[in-house]
Amino acid sequence: MMTTLNILITDDEAPARSRLRDLLADMDNVHIVAEAKNGKEALDLAGELQPDIVLLDIRMPEMDGIEAAQHLQKLPKPPAIIFTTAFDNYAIQAFDMNAVDYLLKPIRFERLQTALKKAHTLLPRQLAALTPLSPQRTHLSITERGRILLVPLTDIIYLRAELKYITVRTAEHEYLIEESLTHLEQEFGDTFIRLHRNCLVASAYITGYEKRNYDEHGEKQWVALLKNVPETIAVSRRQQHLIRQ
Amino acid sequence: MRNLGIALRMLIIANTALALVAYTLSANLADFIQKIAAISTLAQPILLTSLFLLYGCYPLLKKLSYQQGLIAVLALVLFSATGIYSFFAQFWIFSDLPALSRVLICAFIISTITLYYFNLHQRAHSPAVSEARLQALQARIRPHFLFNSLNAVLSLIRSQPKQAETALEDMADLFRVLMADNRNLVPLAQEIALCRQYLALEKLRLNERLIVQWQIDDMPPDALIPPLILQPLIENAVYHGIEPLANGGTINIQIYTKQNEIHLVLKNPCSTQSNHHNGNKMALNNIKERLILHFDLEASLKSNQENGEYEVHITLPHQKQNS
Repeated sequence: MMTTLNILITDDEAPARSRLRDLLADMDNVHIVAEAKNGKEALDLAGELQPDIVLLDIRMPEMDGIEAAQHLQKLPKPPAIIFTTAFDNYAIQAFDMNAVDYLLKPIRFERLQTALKKAHTLLPRQLAALTPLSPQRTHLSITERGRILLVPLTDIIYLRAELKYITVRTAEHEYLIEESLTHLEQEFGDTFIRLHRNCLVASAYITGYEKRNYDEHGEKQWVALLKNVPETIAVSRRQQHLIRQ
Repeated sequence: MRNLGIALRMLIIANTALALVAYTLSANLADFIQKIAAISTLAQPILLTSLFLLYGCYPLLKKLSYQQGLIAVLALVLFSATGIYSFFAQFWIFSDLPALSRVLICAFIISTITLYYFNLHQRAHSPAVSEARLQALQARIRPHFLFNSLNAVLSLIRSQPKQAETALEDMADLFRVLMADNRNLVPLAQEIALCRQYLALEKLRLNERLIVQWQIDDMPPDALIPPLILQPLIENAVYHGIEPLANGGTINIQIYTKQNEIHLVLKNPCSTQSNHHNGNKMALNNIKERLILHFDLEASLKSNQENGEYEVHITLPHQKQNS
């Protein structure tokens, strides 16, 4: 006997969701746990309902399917992912090359059935291959008590590398993420500037620079003043040319 | 002919020719300036009078064949040259007024050059060449739209078969136009009807996310425009402006006439960090090129992004049927 597959539908278009609902209704051993209208909703619902499979549209507002898939991997029990798309040459090429499951809209009953049977979670290699399709994430994600917590990129004031982790600072909170500062700098180079070897600061949150009196050599040092938080960020000697700009 | 751009080009060609004449005749810079001043005193009034005469006689000239027109234009220029010359002959302040015959030869040569230029220009832009260009520039609809719409129709078949029927009919009409030979101008009202059918299909998918405001009360429905000028713009607005917004937005379409020109203004919200604008550029260039092929300098397309709003403004001459 087959176990029931729990499925989460994600698509921004109501008719597309209703079409999937119709197709799934004709199948045995499947259960729709919820429907999401974009990647962000899918992440919330997936954390809560732990579906086995997420049907994920690629082009969606708020957060696209590719980015959602990246965040979904952080769940303790990541769901299998099947992408759906009407037309997206780049994505389809990447899917084919990396054996990622996808369905072309309009979706056929038989294709959906086959896809559900062989669905599996994305491998790290596949995930890495999909990253270029969504070149800049709109959120960073942190797993907290089995749920995914999304931090909007626009809320982040600075990112500071500390030992194994990176501290993500927003006006209200600090979070720890496991990523590399160099990768983050490459991804978000146009919003953050590197003021120090271990620190990326969002240029939108820098209110000014000041010469202050601390430093291991007893010399005066430049620091960046930030909006919404009391602390300052030291500007390393090598980056001082940034202040003049 | 009755167009500022064309008049300006005539002036530039004529003046360049005059400057060349002055240059060959003169020994040094001072001499050159003096010569050009002397020539201009006589030549500029001739040039301007000719332009005014041509402008005034345009309705008459239009009725002639190209051959007859050529002769008429040359005659007009020579007539104005003779007129101005005799006027100057009475009140001439310079000592050396050139002989009338030489002035006339000069005017004749310059007019011929100008006419030849426009003939070349015309040939580069019309019938055979532009037919081929227009064929190649057939507007293409996004596959994205086709497949998503089919998907939406499929979703309706079980629950709302009536609505599915209408949607398929709309799709059939839309694709008939897209696949038709689109080289001839069509009435504006026809393009609007097509746009409405297209929007009905988009509405099916996007529902309340898509709001369209039409401000077309002052629109001349019988004005002739190239087909598929507006539809691709609306398609872009939906794809780049509305779809990325979770709560949707409004597309505003305004059409009005002003001083014998038709203005089509389309506005849609745009997100600041939209990074796929290549498709948009392609559609815009396609429309721009078709406008040039049909109307040359008399039509224009401008796009502008400001305060989270994207605007495309098309201006084209008001052409009525059978004119």
